[in-house]
Amino acid sequence: MIGHNTLIVLLGCVALGLAAGVVGCFALLRGRALLADAIGHAALPGVVAAALLTAALGGEARALGPLLLGGALSALLGLWALRILTASGRIRADAGIAVVLSAFYALGTVGLSVAQAIPGAAQAGLPHFILGQAATLTTNDALVAAALALGAVGAVLALFQPLRALCFDEAHAASLGLPVRRLDALLLALILLVTVAGLPAVGLILVVALLIVPAAAARLVTRRLPGMVALAGGLGALAGVAGALASQRLPELPTGAAVVLAGLVFFALALLLRRPA
Amino acid sequence: MIPPLSLRGVSVRYGDRPALSDVSWDAVPGLTAILGPNGAGKSTLLRAALGLVPATGEVRFFGRPLADVRNRVAFLPQRASVDWDFPATALDVVGMARLPRLRRWWGGLPGPDRDAALSALDSVGMADFAGRQIGRLSGGQQQRVFLARALAQGADLFLMDEPLAAVDAVTERAILAVLHRLVDEGKTVLMVHHDLSLVSEHFTDVLLLAGRVVAAGPVREAFTEDSVARAFGGLPRMMVA
Repeated sequence: MIGHNTLIVLLGCVALGLAAGVVGCFALLRGRALLADAIGHAALPGVVAAALLTAALGGEARALGPLLLGGALSALLGLWALRILTASGRIRADAGIAVVLSAFYALGTVGLSVAQAIPGAAQAGLPHFILGQAATLTTNDALVAAALALGAVGAVLALFQPLRALCFDEAHAASLGLPVRRLDALLLALILLVTVAGLPAVGLILVVALLIVPAAAARLVTRRLPGMVALAGGLGALAGVAGALASQRLPELPTGAAVVLAGLVFFALALLLRRPA
Repeated sequence: MIPPLSLRGVSVRYGDRPALSDVSWDAVPGLTAILGPNGAGKSTLLRAALGLVPATGEVRFFGRPLADVRNRVAFLPQRASVDWDFPATALDVVGMARLPRLRRWWGGLPGPDRDAALSALDSVGMADFAGRQIGRLSGGQQQRVFLARALAQGADLFLMDEPLAAVDAVTERAILAVLHRLVDEGKTVLMVHHDLSLVSEHFTDVLLLAGRVVAAGPVREAFTEDSVARAFGGLPRMMVA
């Protein structure tokens, strides 16, 4: 029997999967897949800092809002660090991402071991942010994640045409007078939003897969972007359902792993069904 | 007459390296070949005029800043600059030219814009391929899709970056026919170009570059053995009419 809380968590995961699939299409086509990975890892120190701060102020360390806000801020810091690292041209984006990702993750892990020793902060369920645990989400958490996710989907759909033009041919889009810099920043913000919103359920290590695997699977079997976006959103939502149910039935199973394995099944199917080139 | 494009003292630097120095030049209606050796700043000139690379100096389109006359200016980038595996059909790509005219940015293309895109595809002989995924077109067909996208904008000035690079003979004839038609309609086409052998036969004007303006004007006056030698460092003399 599915209880009320389970249902809400399920819906939260569906919204997250949908948003990740939709935003992931544009991340994939714009070559931002690894950046999503860096964002997930760079969020950890912020999540930990937010838990410590909330506990120190006598608040409820488990409340998701401050944790996600902290995560988003430190992810932004990570992106800023990446920009500085690669500005000279001496360090290419892949190397810069490797440096930022590992540095922030190391910092977050150290913070995590500190936080676990502090009463209050230890109750925040911080280890779940690494591998994800959808079953521990409260109704509120699921609603927050779902609202963020659906907001991201709405933004992508409202700006579908210019975002597609940006991803296909940035120079031409700029020559038309489209605000390519602002569109690019918006796309990055959406990737960040979905990544951070997905942290508690899917975990920072595998959240990148929720963005990229459904999009990559959809790309293999579609020939136009609207179809790719719709299919990726659907596959993401299905993967979200699979993860939430698995997390409910088998509490020791990390949700992130279940979500990603479900997504990979779709990917394998897409490989088999792929249209001939 | 107000020139379609007017450059005054335009310079571009890439880091320490000057790419274009103090270019002052007025375009005229017709088909102009922008010629010069590799690294002469041909593509840079187009990109600087469009504000795609930082430049100093003054750029005017039809006597006004670009932002005032965007719809009258169409840009055709190099074919190799985009990912042709992108999930889009030929019609999707051509339709992108209509974006500045759209009142909403979600959903599909409105009827009149779709018709404009289809008619642009038709005028480059690609009407039968409107629904084809762009990755499944030949290189020459992809180049014609790019040309159709420029046409669909309904512009009066076309800045084209090597639209004849690495295309088959059929595509070359098809593209040149379209360009001649544009010129007959009084439009201006500025085209970065490599093949000197086509210049005398097809173009009305030339701009010879070598990091700066070497020569500019009607083909008969400016496209001489001497000016080509100065632009290219004396190599391909035999190509000149």
